[in-house]
Amino acid sequence: MTEQNIKNFTLNFGPQHPAAHGVLRLVLEMDGEVIDRADPHIGLLHRGTEKLIEHKTYLQAVPYFDRLDYVAPQNQEHAFALAVEKLAGMEVPPRGQYIRVLYAEIGRILNHILNITAYAMDVGAMTPMLWAFEHRELLMEFCERASGARLHMAYFRPGGVARDISQELLEDIDKWADGYPKMIDDLEALLTDNRIFKQRTVDIGVVSAEQANDWSFTGPNLRASGVPWDLRKAQPYDVYSKLEFDIPTGKHGDCYDRYLIRMYEMRESVKIIKQCVANMPPGPTSVDDNKFAPPSRENMKRSMEALIHHFKLYTEGYHVPAGETYTVVEAPKGEFGVYLVSDGTNKPYRCKIRAPGFAHLQALDMMSTGHMLADVVANIGSVDVVFGEIDR
Amino acid sequence: MADTQQLDSIGASITEGLGNAVLSLSVIAEELILNVERNSIVKTMTFLRDDVNCQFKQLMDLCGVDYPEREKRFDVVYNLLSMTQNSRVRVKLQTDDEGQVPSVSSVFSSANWWEREAWDLYGIFFSDHPDLRRILTDYGFIGHPLRKDFPLTGYLEVRYDDEQKRVVYEPVKLTQEYRNFDFLSPWEGIQLDLPGDEKSSSELDDVKLKKPND
Repeated sequence: MTEQNIKNFTLNFGPQHPAAHGVLRLVLEMDGEVIDRADPHIGLLHRGTEKLIEHKTYLQAVPYFDRLDYVAPQNQEHAFALAVEKLAGMEVPPRGQYIRVLYAEIGRILNHILNITAYAMDVGAMTPMLWAFEHRELLMEFCERASGARLHMAYFRPGGVARDISQELLEDIDKWADGYPKMIDDLEALLTDNRIFKQRTVDIGVVSAEQANDWSFTGPNLRASGVPWDLRKAQPYDVYSKLEFDIPTGKHGDCYDRYLIRMYEMRESVKIIKQCVANMPPGPTSVDDNKFAPPSRENMKRSMEALIHHFKLYTEGYHVPAGETYTVVEAPKGEFGVYLVSDGTNKPYRCKIRAPGFAHLQALDMMSTGHMLADVVANIGSVDVVFGEIDR
Repeated sequence: MADTQQLDSIGASITEGLGNAVLSLSVIAEELILNVERNSIVKTMTFLRDDVNCQFKQLMDLCGVDYPEREKRFDVVYNLLSMTQNSRVRVKLQTDDEGQVPSVSSVFSSANWWEREAWDLYGIFFSDHPDLRRILTDYGFIGHPLRKDFPLTGYLEVRYDDEQKRVVYEPVKLTQEYRNFDFLSPWEGIQLDLPGDEKSSSELDDVKLKKPND
């Protein structure tokens, strides 16, 4: 028998493959069906967000944050709003904080619904997406009723929120939150003990706690590796310190644990939403400083000063004192950070966006080496990548 | 979240451990900022990761900042997180167009892509980097788009050419010039000190921020 030299096979995966979750181009070096090296090529959705923000006023920068992780836009805005407030030394009144936390948790559920069901579809389960997307639609209706936009809310403004929400909306959210755990139970019935789902996920893409730290994992992916770390508990912002919720952690750091964590987090988010609705205080939703937050519409009709403030805020914008800050929130995917440098003018000097997905996707090579081709799909789905935030 | 006192004590152990590698250390608005010399960055990062009083085990972010008017025009900013101390530190160094910054990807694996990004967007060169390719911009892109002297509209635009049946690159043609509305006016915005109350914070040399629950 003659000895044959078998060359490694290079496979181009994406950028238009449905399991690539967007525009991921993956160059896979394969030895048979086993992955030798996975080299993600990103940047196909690069829009130069950071450059654009440097050329816009602080308020005009808010909508760009919606378009980063477009699955949970609220949470990105939250980070930017907190960063600007920190530099400006503002504190949002309690009602504004509660509304923001309420919608941040709605964003979390929006994200987890999409991730879990799309992930289930990647590994062969069709039904979860068909079932759970009804609830995603209901949640986006709540977003629409608060801000006028289903997806890109532009609702969390530095200094508070864009406008107040009504009592009926709060009651409807509460009613929805009563019914949603039933949906989570149904999803769990479909997936958690499903033999096929477990065969595709258990012991796939195992990440140890050390590896997770080394590769800067955050959010559910870090907690699945057994590290109890959540910024909502560790470094609470807005009213998270007053709310009761648990942080689930995993044991194995495999794809299945990452799925379980997200399931559990949805239940905790429902708990937070219910507490926010129950404890929602009355009062203003934005800071009472007309040099920073716009005056009320009503006021503008009567007061000349308010009209001037409104005009100045929407043309020149406010000036943020010089300084720099790295402000983070626990976005559904992990730590979303904004490194904001202000030079004292009305535009950010530098606004670096730290996207959690960037670090997670980077570790795909580490997670996939030695696995089969089909497991790469499971890995991509389980780390929860959205290219809006990775490519920026 | 770490308070100022804790940050001060972490800062003290950093200056003790690193000696003259630290150019300056300050706590501004409850954030610990460390300026280091370019060539000592690997030593600094290794120390911050492994020292028992620091344990900044996660590199959260790495980015460049451009100050074209400076002699060394770039800042490289590293944001680290310590879960055991529940605190963060920001390490900064200065570099220029030609200089090389030692790569920290041997200390933190996750630095790999962020350094590629800083190279791509700013042209900051990292020595000893395993794979310093462009990452976010197009294949064959020329220039470093986040530099302050790179125009917002760029130089090239792409479109699909129906005759050649492929995507073609052409110089940017704008139907209308990019208009930069310069709104800057002497309008004074937010003032941290109340007028007439300047004395209350004059003892502090850094920016005073209102703490929550004040």
